[in-house]
Amino acid sequence: MAERLKAVDVVTVGVGLTGAILGKELAATGLKVVGLERGPMRDTVPDFQSPAIHDELRYAVRKALTQDNVKEAMTFRNSTGQTALPMRRWQGFMPGNGLGGAAVHWNGLTWRFQPADFVYRTHLEGRYGKGFVDSDLTIQDWGVTYAELEPHYDRFEYLCGTSGKAGNIKGVVQAGGNPFEGPRSREYPTRPMKEPYYGALFRKGAESLGYHPFPSPASTLSEPYTNPEGLSLHQCVFCGFCERFACEHFAKASPQTVILPVALKNPDYELRTGCQVLRVNLDSTGKKSTGVTYVDAAGREYEQPAELVLITAYSLNNVRMLLNSRIGKPYDPVTGEGVVGRNYAFQTMSYASVFYDQDVVINPFMASGASGTVIDDFAGDNFDHKGLGFIGGAYISATMTGGRPIEFHPTPPGTPSWGLGWKQAVARHYNHTVVLTCHGSSHPMRGNCLDLDPTYKDAWGQPLLRVTFDFPQNDVRMSRYVTDKAVGIGRAMGGKIVAGAPRERPYDSTIYQTTHNTGGAIMGNDPTTSAVNRYLQSWDVPNVFVVGASAYPHNASYNPTGTVGALTYWALDAIKNRYLKAPGALVPR
Amino acid sequence: MSRLSRRDVVTATGAAAAAALAIAPPEAAAQQAPPAAQPTVYLFFNTDEVAFIEAALSRLIPADDQWPGALEAGVANFIDKELNGAWGAGERLYRSGPWQPGTPSQGYQLPFTPAELFRTALAAITKELARAGTPFAKMSGEQQDAYLRSLEAGAADLGGVPSDVFFAHLWDAPVEGFFSDPVYGGNRDMMAWKMIGFPGAYASYYEVVDQHGMKLDRAPTSLAEDSHGHVHVQPVIPAGQR
Repeated sequence: MAERLKAVDVVTVGVGLTGAILGKELAATGLKVVGLERGPMRDTVPDFQSPAIHDELRYAVRKALTQDNVKEAMTFRNSTGQTALPMRRWQGFMPGNGLGGAAVHWNGLTWRFQPADFVYRTHLEGRYGKGFVDSDLTIQDWGVTYAELEPHYDRFEYLCGTSGKAGNIKGVVQAGGNPFEGPRSREYPTRPMKEPYYGALFRKGAESLGYHPFPSPASTLSEPYTNPEGLSLHQCVFCGFCERFACEHFAKASPQTVILPVALKNPDYELRTGCQVLRVNLDSTGKKSTGVTYVDAAGREYEQPAELVLITAYSLNNVRMLLNSRIGKPYDPVTGEGVVGRNYAFQTMSYASVFYDQDVVINPFMASGASGTVIDDFAGDNFDHKGLGFIGGAYISATMTGGRPIEFHPTPPGTPSWGLGWKQAVARHYNHTVVLTCHGSSHPMRGNCLDLDPTYKDAWGQPLLRVTFDFPQNDVRMSRYVTDKAVGIGRAMGGKIVAGAPRERPYDSTIYQTTHNTGGAIMGNDPTTSAVNRYLQSWDVPNVFVVGASAYPHNASYNPTGTVGALTYWALDAIKNRYLKAPGALVPR
Repeated sequence: MSRLSRRDVVTATGAAAAAALAIAPPEAAAQQAPPAAQPTVYLFFNTDEVAFIEAALSRLIPADDQWPGALEAGVANFIDKELNGAWGAGERLYRSGPWQPGTPSQGYQLPFTPAELFRTALAAITKELARAGTPFAKMSGEQQDAYLRSLEAGAADLGGVPSDVFFAHLWDAPVEGFFSDPVYGGNRDMMAWKMIGFPGAYASYYEVVDQHGMKLDRAPTSLAEDSHGHVHVQPVIPAGQR
C-alpha cells in the first residue's frame, strides 16, 4: 500500500518549464510546494558539459533526453477506424524527460501568437463570414485575449532574456522588426542575434519580393543578460547543438538557467526527482482533489496529500493524467461530446531546399537553434484568405539549427537513395544548401483526439495515451500554398535548384515534424467545449489546474513555448491573486 | 574568404572555447597521418554475417577516388558494437505486445530487437543465397546492387522480417556510423566529416558566424581528442582499429 506522506499546500506534477515557474512563485508566497519530476536530476554542470554534449548519435538520434518509451510510450493511428499501435520509437516528436523537461532540449524560438488567434472563430467569421471555415474544423475562441496575455508574454521573455527586434511597440510599427505582430509593451530584453549567412541570403531574397524579413526571436542569447530573478545568462556561441541537446554555455533559456536555482534555494520548495505520478486523487464527491499518488525510482508507492494540484507535465502527458485520474468527461469523436482529449492539434511543417553552386559556402553548423531570419507575411491571418480555400498559414524562415550530419545531409531531387551517387551528392551539397522552414498552423478537427488506449500499458500498468491524428484537408491546402511561397523565395535567393516539399496526408509518425503537440485539455468559456476555464482551472475539480500547450484550442503558425510561458504566468496571477484568497471555482459553471 | 585561426577563436570566445581547443589543437590533427588499418575485432557478427555486412557497406556507401567509403571508415565495426550493446538489446524501444502489422505511418511493429532483427534476417539471407549458389560477398558489384534493391523493394520474407524493414535498418546503420563521432568506432579519422566539411564538436563560432561564406579550413575535432590529436575510443567499446 502507498505510504501516506505529510500534507503540503501545492504539488506540481512535472518540473519542466511550467512546473518550475509555478513552483518557484508559489513557494515564494510561503506555501509549502513539492515538485514531482519523473525523470532524473540534471544540471548544466556537470550533466550538459562539452565536449560530451556535442554527441549527435547519443542525443539527436538515440534521443537520450527524451521520455523513456521502454517504460512509457503512446499509441497512434491516423483515424478512429484504425487500430492504434504503439509508437515503439520516438520519431515523430520528442517528449522531454528529467528536470527541466523539453525546455532543456528546445531550440529557443520564442514567439507570441497573433491577437486574432485568441478570438479565432470570432475573428475569421467577422472577416470572411460564416461558412468560410471548413465545417470539420472545431476551432473556437480561447476565452482569453492577447491584451490580457501581453504582460505575461513580456514577463516570460524577460525571464528568458529573449533576443529579437520588436516590430510593434504600443501600436507603433518599428523598423527591422515583425510588422505583423501584436503590440508589445516594450523592446525585447536583448538585441537580435548575429545573422548567419543563410539568414542573410534569405533576407535579401525575401526583400526582393517585397516581404518583411526580421531576426528570429531567440532565447539563445545575443549578449550576456541578468534576468529579474537575478540569474545570469551568457552569450550564445553558435555551436550548433541546441535542438535535442542541452546547452553547456548557460546561453539558452531553460528552467535550470532562468528559474530553478531560485526555487531550489527556498526551503519552502522541495524537488523530488524519479517520481512517477500515477494519478491525481479525488475525494468521494469527485469534485475535490486530495493530492497525488506516485511511485519513486526504487518502486515505492506514496500518497502525497496537497491542497492544490498543478498538472505541469508535457502537454500530451497532462491529458493522460486527467484521463487516468478520471477528471473531466472524456471526449467522444463520434458524438463530439466530452472535453478531455478534444481539439488535439500538432503543427504543419514543410520545407524548401535551396541548392547552390560550390562557391557559396553556407556553414550550416554555425548556428543556434533559433538564429536566422524569418518572414511573417504568410502566417496565421496576416494575409487575405479570400478565394484561397483555407485558413491559417506559416512563418517562413531560414533557421537551420545546426549542420549535424547524421540527420542533415540534403540532396537534390533525383539523387539515388544510397550508393555512389548518394555519397557524391552528399559531399557536393552538404555545405552549399539552405533549407527554408514553413512553420504552419494546425487546426483541430472532429476526429483528431486523445484518449486512453484499450490495449497497451506502461511499466506501471496504466493505459498508454492513444493519439488519433491526420492533417485536415484545410492544412494540406495551406501547406501547398506556403511551400510555393518558400520556393519563390529560394529562387530569389539565387538557388540553382529549389525543391519544395509540402506536407501531405497521411501524417506519418515516423517522420519528425516538431514536438509541438497541443490541445486535449483546452481552455475556454464553455464547460461543454473546454476542459479548463480561462485561468487553466479544471471545470470539474477546481483545486486542479492544467498548465501547458494542452490548453490550446488550436495551434497557431508559431513555436508554442512563448505562449506556454505567457499562459503559465497568466494562471499564476489567477492562483495567487484570486484562488488563494478564496479557493474554489474562479468561473462559475 | 577569411581563415579561422586557432588564436582568433581563443581570443574571441573566452574560456569555454579555449578549454575545448586545449584538447584539440587543429595543427596536430591535420598533420597526423592516418594510422594503418588493422583487422576489425567483431564481437557480435559471426563470419557469415561479417562477409555480408562488409560487402554491403562497400555498395551502400562506396569508396571513390576522392573519399573512402563506409567500410574503410570502420562502419562495420560501428554496427557490430551498436548491435552488441544497449541499442542492439532494444534501448528506447517499447517492447510490449500484442504484436500486429500496422500501416507505414505507425512505424516499426516487430518484436525483434535490432540485434535479433539483424541476426534473423542475415541468417535467412545466407541460407537463401547458399541455396541459389552465390553468397552475397562473391557477387559482382552490379549483382550486389540488384540484390540490395530487391531487399529494399520488400519482396522477401527473411525469417519473419520483411526485407524492406531489414533494408531500412541496414541503411540507417551506415549513415549513423559514417557520420557519428569516431568515438563510436566508425567515421575513422573523421573522414566522413572531412568529406562534407563538418567540423565536429567545436564549441564556438561566435566570431565567424557573420563572416559570410568563409571557408573553415581546419581539421574537424572529435569528442575524444587528446592534446596530440588522437581520438580515444571509449575503452568499453573496443574499436579494434587502432
